[in-house]
Amino acid sequence: MSDITKQSLSELVENIKNKKLSSSEATKAFVERSEKSKELNAYITEDYTNALNKAKKFDEKPNLDLKLPGIPMAVKDLFCTKDIRTTAGSKILNNFVPTYESTVTQNIWNEGAILMGKLNCDEFAMGSSNETSFFGNVQNPIDKNLVPGGSSGGSSSAVAAQLTPITIGTDTGGSIRQPASFTGTVGLKPTYGSCSRYGIVAFASSLDQAGPMAQNVKDCALLQEVISSYDEKDSTSIDFKRNEYSKELTKDIKGKKIGIPREYRVDGMPKEIEDLWKKGIDYVKDCGAEIIDISLPHTKYALPTYYIVAPAEASSNLARYDGVKYGFRAEGENLIDMYEKTRSEGFGTEVQRRIMIGTYVLSSGYYDAYYLKAQKVRKLIKNDFDEAYKKVDAILTPSTPSSAFKIGEKANDPVSMYLNDIFTVPVNLAGLPGISIPAGHDSKGYPLGLQIIGKAFDEQSILNIAYAMEEKINFKNNITDWWIK
Amino acid sequence: MSKNKSEYLINRQDNQYEVVIGLEVHAQVTSESKLFSTSATKFGAEPNTQVSLVDAAFPGMLPVINEYCVKQAIKTGIGLKAKINKRSVFDRKNYFYADLPQGYQISQFKDPIVGEGKVILDMPEGQKEVRIERLHLEQDAGKSIHDLDPKNTFVDLNRSGVALMEIVSKPDLRSPDEVNAYIKKLRSIMRYLGTCDGNMQEGSLRADVNVSVRKKGSKEFGTRCEIKNVNSIKFMQMAIEYEANRQVDLIEEGQTIDQETRLFDTKKNETRSMRSKEDAHDYRYFPDPDLLPLEVSDDFIENLKSEIPELPDEKKKRFIEKFKLSPYEANILVSDIETSNYFENVIKKSDVKLATNWIIGELFAALNEMNLEITESPISAGNLSKLINLIKDGTISGKIAKTVFEQMMEGDKDPQKIVEEKGLKQESDPKALEVLIDKVIDDNRDKANEYKSGKVKLFGFFVGQVMKVSGGKANPQLVNEILKKKL
Repeated sequence: MSDITKQSLSELVENIKNKKLSSSEATKAFVERSEKSKELNAYITEDYTNALNKAKKFDEKPNLDLKLPGIPMAVKDLFCTKDIRTTAGSKILNNFVPTYESTVTQNIWNEGAILMGKLNCDEFAMGSSNETSFFGNVQNPIDKNLVPGGSSGGSSSAVAAQLTPITIGTDTGGSIRQPASFTGTVGLKPTYGSCSRYGIVAFASSLDQAGPMAQNVKDCALLQEVISSYDEKDSTSIDFKRNEYSKELTKDIKGKKIGIPREYRVDGMPKEIEDLWKKGIDYVKDCGAEIIDISLPHTKYALPTYYIVAPAEASSNLARYDGVKYGFRAEGENLIDMYEKTRSEGFGTEVQRRIMIGTYVLSSGYYDAYYLKAQKVRKLIKNDFDEAYKKVDAILTPSTPSSAFKIGEKANDPVSMYLNDIFTVPVNLAGLPGISIPAGHDSKGYPLGLQIIGKAFDEQSILNIAYAMEEKINFKNNITDWWIK
Repeated sequence: MSKNKSEYLINRQDNQYEVVIGLEVHAQVTSESKLFSTSATKFGAEPNTQVSLVDAAFPGMLPVINEYCVKQAIKTGIGLKAKINKRSVFDRKNYFYADLPQGYQISQFKDPIVGEGKVILDMPEGQKEVRIERLHLEQDAGKSIHDLDPKNTFVDLNRSGVALMEIVSKPDLRSPDEVNAYIKKLRSIMRYLGTCDGNMQEGSLRADVNVSVRKKGSKEFGTRCEIKNVNSIKFMQMAIEYEANRQVDLIEEGQTIDQETRLFDTKKNETRSMRSKEDAHDYRYFPDPDLLPLEVSDDFIENLKSEIPELPDEKKKRFIEKFKLSPYEANILVSDIETSNYFENVIKKSDVKLATNWIIGELFAALNEMNLEITESPISAGNLSKLINLIKDGTISGKIAKTVFEQMMEGDKDPQKIVEEKGLKQESDPKALEVLIDKVIDDNRDKANEYKSGKVKLFGFFVGQVMKVSGGKANPQLVNEILKKKL
């Protein structure tokens, strides 16, 4: 079978189930393409030999009732994988091999999928361009020297370049949706509490959420139904009725009420983005949905709030990387000296910056003015959405304020980098589900995404809206395989 | 008036100083597993054999609250007559140390699980109420071992994550004796409840001691120093004594006291500065985002209330009212649950007054001598009960009973059998006693005559002689009666 790697997940599953394709053939095809694509630097750790062996084993006794029968895939290197090095994109975990498996990846293997390797990401998922990774930049397959977004940059690059049919990322402030938008792929951040955080290297515990990334909405829905589960090992996991999202997927969104928040028309937003949003509104109208103008008045406080809450939690979550128990250790004169050297050498600049911000906002004398106030504003932001959802079923916004930028373009300007998350962070702060779908190209031919934000636990509605829009948009990613010699 | 007599004051030439003490007691929750993980909590296990991935803070590991520990904390709160907070919050207390794998301790800062309560102390001058400010749940840290290697520190994480209750008192204590009584009472309550074994040698109970002094009669508190982690009552008392005198000396010299954290050096019997207020850690407390606020329902609390056994104060009241014990006797018998259980088992089938005397007197003395706990007593409650009945029904005299008791201490023998085997049964047959008495009177005719002529004091002599001749087995009451008639 030719062009195996061009097949979507749904096609691969169907072909394997119909025995037109073996797991070994599929795995071999994706491994070969991954090997030819080293220039993208999408992988941190490759596990191809094991993957091929597992595929062979699967084919000997194929269980075709599984949802991901013998499907090869690579995952973001923030998920702990048993016996496979897990780095979180950091030097400090460069040599760390977990003895345990994250719940989300375990759910995936339970449905028959096969691990090919671990994908590059910003260090501890802190970044919007994958440039903070200890393991180097990732190339966006759209164009040379273009960032793939971040922090799930290896994931978005690998899916867009078809090195893996699907993948999973994590999203704390936009880390799934923004890279999906930059690479012309689909990325879903589920409701907080939908996917277990057990075994995911923590960045900001109250915001982190794993989610699927794919080439189309249907694949995304299927992967979401695999990874979402109630997990007693995560106290913030929520026990709610989870759909079989792919089976209940429908393009019939007639009568759905879609909110357009006026506060998302930010100053200096490129006209291209404005136009894309308008086009998006036309698409949903075409599908029979109703457009309603809404207000989310506290939107402008979302970014500063996020950049207090997330670093505060991170500063505490990353305290465990101290050179004592596992991971990188620099020798020191005494305990304090060892801590300082280990953490100075083990963490990159952006991680250190956020640890310092987080430590500062939690310090006595500043706590009330920053952290406590941020928590109050967070509540107001959530209330904004609660109000809006009395009138609408979902909300449509751009995913990002621009298309992908060049590697190095914003590396020395953290604030401009942070502005990338302006449309995505409110969703994390409110704990809601959000999906980014490719919706067009800018003048340079780079993909642009639209975001659909849903009610808590209502992944089905935003998947349906995305599914209906996807057909109307009929987006084609323009990838030339420029990196393959 | 008697209160003043026992007042603990530090005297200097012109001034008298009162000592003000507050305690933060760390009590290890009795639980098979840790506060947020399923690892075991057994004392004395090989280093690092009771450590889960959560306890060692591996990446991506998350805490899950142990419901049993929550129940234990609430029960303790009920035992302290305290307010149970239906909503409490776990916070992170951030600091770096090698035996703190997470880089933070999960504790409760603003919203503890238990609020204000009280503990009643029985002091010689009367009862004293000590107010409890709060009780909260928190994780213990691991243990750093510095003396196994000249260059390296070893870390044992067995204790890491073990559940502790921090019980904070108001500054209501005024003397080392009150601290002694307070710790003992707290321990007694928790042992009744089964929420903490109170074993200070194993570190299950230790305290931070806050000490300040002020001139007698002053209403304002002085600057306090906190003496960290003292692990025996004796050391607490010594530390308070040293620290209070140190502070008084400073004041007398016209110096001020720095608010600081101090350590008690048990070898030198002195406290030493550990860090000043300026160097105090900024713990950057904030709610742990890995844990939701802890919410318990009224039903949950009511169910626990129904599981609370009779506590020392109530038991004491009952012992006094029902068994007519003196407050002194009741205090001793209720001080720990094992003693009161033993007592209640003994009196199920025997006389209360005799049982009380025998337990507080002979038994405690014998156990003390052998360095045994009541639970290790060689004499079972059942056999002590039998012994008391043998005394009560006149089978043996009190004196013989002591001999029997001594033999019982050598192994839990049935007193009935000892009496039979050794022929210690009391002689209560009037005819047999008459024969004996006649012989004694005959042998001492001259004294009998003196008695008859009015020297009544000699009656005791005759009783003694009869007892001697009988080998101590004659029933003293009958001997009295018959002697009176015969003489």
